[in-house]
Amino acid sequence: MDLISNLSLGLSIALQPHNLAFCFVGCLLGTLVGVLPGIGPTATIAMLLPITLGLDPSTSLIMLAGIYYGAQYGGSTTAILINLPGESSSAVTAIDGYQMAKRGRAGIALAAAALGSFFAGTVATVVLALFAPPLAKAALKFGSPEYFSLMVLGLVCAIALAHGSILKATAMIIVGLLFGLVGADLYSGAQRFTFGIPELSDELNFVSVAVGVFGIAEILRNLQNETDRDVMVKKVTGLWPTREDFRRMAGPVVRGTALGSILGVLPGGGAILAAFASYTVEKRISRRPQEFGKGAIEGVAGPESANNAGAQTSFIPMLTLGIPANPVMALMIGAMIIQGIVPGPNVVNQNPELFWGIIASMWAGNLMLVLLNLPLIGLWVRLLTIPYYLLFPAIMAFAAIGIYSINSNPYDLYTLTLFGALGYALVRFGCEPAPLLLGFVLGPMLEEHLRRAMIISRGDPTVFLTRPISAVLLVIAAIVLAVVLMPSVRRKREEVFVEED
Amino acid sequence: MTFNRSDVGAGAIFVGIGLFFGLMTLYGLDIGTARRMGPGYFPIVLSGLLVVFGITTILKGIGHEDVERGPLPWRGIAILLGVPVIFGLLIRPLGIAPVLLVTTFITSFASRRMSLIVALLLSLGLTVFCILVFVMGLGLPLRIFGPLVEPWTRPIFGVR
Repeated sequence: MDLISNLSLGLSIALQPHNLAFCFVGCLLGTLVGVLPGIGPTATIAMLLPITLGLDPSTSLIMLAGIYYGAQYGGSTTAILINLPGESSSAVTAIDGYQMAKRGRAGIALAAAALGSFFAGTVATVVLALFAPPLAKAALKFGSPEYFSLMVLGLVCAIALAHGSILKATAMIIVGLLFGLVGADLYSGAQRFTFGIPELSDELNFVSVAVGVFGIAEILRNLQNETDRDVMVKKVTGLWPTREDFRRMAGPVVRGTALGSILGVLPGGGAILAAFASYTVEKRISRRPQEFGKGAIEGVAGPESANNAGAQTSFIPMLTLGIPANPVMALMIGAMIIQGIVPGPNVVNQNPELFWGIIASMWAGNLMLVLLNLPLIGLWVRLLTIPYYLLFPAIMAFAAIGIYSINSNPYDLYTLTLFGALGYALVRFGCEPAPLLLGFVLGPMLEEHLRRAMIISRGDPTVFLTRPISAVLLVIAAIVLAVVLMPSVRRKREEVFVEED
Repeated sequence: MTFNRSDVGAGAIFVGIGLFFGLMTLYGLDIGTARRMGPGYFPIVLSGLLVVFGITTILKGIGHEDVERGPLPWRGIAILLGVPVIFGLLIRPLGIAPVLLVTTFITSFASRRMSLIVALLLSLGLTVFCILVFVMGLGLPLRIFGPLVEPWTRPIFGVR
């Protein structure tokens, strides 16, 4: 069978010693940034991306992917032990996880999160292996109008799933799209918004943009209220759940995995949404809904499985269509481009070792993460108390080195300052940074396909509606937009996101 | 007049960015037609939209109560936004080692809890760590000592 031979190709890549080693490094770093305050997976991957350029493409992407799903594990540790989600998709875990820790069941909560995540990761890997190739095959038939409509749908979903105001999220996407256009025009070669500076004609460095809006803005937000972190549980004991715990975990884990696998594919924050959806479902169908919020193991196992499954299936649109579902995937696409791989449906055929290697490495990585997180939990607990003032100078140093070494271009550092300032101002004014980065990455592609589609159709804009796939995508986008704007949904949406903050 | 500073502030930034890109496009780029779009077509549409969204955001904020957001960390802002510029200006003449030493030392003081001794040890330690890992270990194309300081460092460290 094709699937078996493909997976064994993937395993043969993923199990090569140096790939295993870098997968491990990625998982370790991911857990670390998940646990440490003030730096998330997006900024970390952005910073380390240039450093992986010396590696071969598969190894580099395997390591970066490890950071991403590793952070999902690490984030749950802080959520459970100190009621602070180290990473946004663990916000839900904090609700019941911290309550479990308060009742002396921290070890069991950590085990439930890790084992649930492992199960979800394993299933999501199979889902990815099953669904990605046919989708890539279908995408090969896509022309410019389809790509344009697909990106419009992606951006609409990103707006729908952004926190807070829809108006601001839309404006943030446009800001991103505009900055994405800086540089030489693809068709005419005209310099756009470069002030005649040759260093800018290559377009703004997206690593600078990502580190600016996610890294610097985040450090500044942490400096605003520097406090010591209080770890209530100094020593975690009793990691192994009882038979009763296992029985209560099973259902939520399976349902969370299913929800996460589906929602992860959506653009705009699949893992976070999946965790919320899973929590809501578990609370609704539970025979003991009154226990939720007071340390119900279902409220830890379900959302943790969902966010890990979502984190992994969000690779599907990235690997098959070359379209990012979230900022981390946007960075992965950037990594591929820098490595000379054209992201899109051809990756499966032209770089099978990369495609299947990444998928297989996820399974290996998840196994490593369970081993890293459960027996070594004492180490992570100690890391939780590292004071912030020792961390952020290191973050800044790594960021500067990483950004400068991409092109040896000082302007990339000035871009970092610009986007750090812009990002911090906008975040303080209640805007989400994720839509900006998505817009920034999609801007050039969106324009290219729009212009190409208009040339092909001789200036007839109905081309987007007369081609069936494109029309369907646009109709879905319109429906999503209409649903989000409905007054009842809007109110509900605001409630959900307020709860999260 | 009561107004929500988040909405008005964000809206003003949007309008500013929209106007900036819009005017740059109008005064320098060929817009073209829908059939043959010029380099200015997409930017002008987007900046127009952004100005509209910006104004709407401002209007939404007027008449709403402000929310308390805490004081701005001015020192942190000045340092963190200045450090990349210093790094960019000095990296070519000085090389990575002196630049890291200087920038990390400055960065440390973005926190009010930093003491002089800790800052010195931290910047020294980080510089050594970064050079060992990134330059020697991973082989990033960075000069350890730039042309400006090389004559002095060569007798001690040799040619790097």
